[in-house]
Amino acid sequence: MSTKEEFPLKKVCIICAKGTIEDVYATLVMANGAVMEGIETKVFFTFFGLDAITKKQMKNLHTATIGNPAMRMPGGLPFPTLLGMLPGVEAGVSAMMKSQMEALDIPPIDEFLDMITAGGGEIFACKLAMDMFKLKKEDLSEHVKDVLTVGEFYGLAGGQGTQIIFT
Amino acid sequence: MAQKTIAGVSLEVNDEGYLNDPSQWTKEIAMEIAMEEGLELTEKHFAIISFLREKFKSGEMLTIRSVGKSGIVDIKGFYELFPGAPMKKAAKISGIPKPSSCV
Repeated sequence: MSTKEEFPLKKVCIICAKGTIEDVYATLVMANGAVMEGIETKVFFTFFGLDAITKKQMKNLHTATIGNPAMRMPGGLPFPTLLGMLPGVEAGVSAMMKSQMEALDIPPIDEFLDMITAGGGEIFACKLAMDMFKLKKEDLSEHVKDVLTVGEFYGLAGGQGTQIIFT
Repeated sequence: MAQKTIAGVSLEVNDEGYLNDPSQWTKEIAMEIAMEEGLELTEKHFAIISFLREKFKSGEMLTIRSVGKSGIVDIKGFYELFPGAPMKKAAKISGIPKPSSCV
């Protein structure tokens, strides 16, 4: 008779390196989902992901309408690249995406960060990216716990039952 | 699927312990399920339980965001009342199915 041991997920460390709506929200939904399951959650924002935790940028995230081959028109037809280039189209498509998410009760980013930290999740910013974009901690959302180097981040990612997820 | 006796009533529960029939729920059943989860229910707990049951009856999708906006508790308070996995715990105690929303 063999016993099957269970190894439930105990901690997730999620890295967000891109600043488009879909990439940031993928990170936030995964982080909030983990927090809602009682999993210890740490989220690390780097490079363009910093936009999601920067006070000035977090309300202005867009999704790409050029060079985004997966983008389609509502109805399923392909999205013409020339259309994506026209002024206002990127902003319009991004606004449409945000309203679709609101209809599913997905909160805007600052409220989402609030939900994640309320459940015990921790938010971090990447020191290297902050230096590169010349940002200071005051520019970041109040939900950000700390600014870390990559080594410090790996230090937090130890322990059995931990997974690092790159979105 | 199994038969389980909770608070003296014989009920059908699924593999994870959720009631198959939400209409069979009573407060005593809630208190016993809560005890199994290591919780003692207070008035605040019951306020949330009624909120969740009402939302379930109206057929709306249950999200943790709606609990935070319900006016009963904020999200931090919700995690304090039902530690660990609050939506799943609260749903089980409320006798409603496990929430299927990702938020």
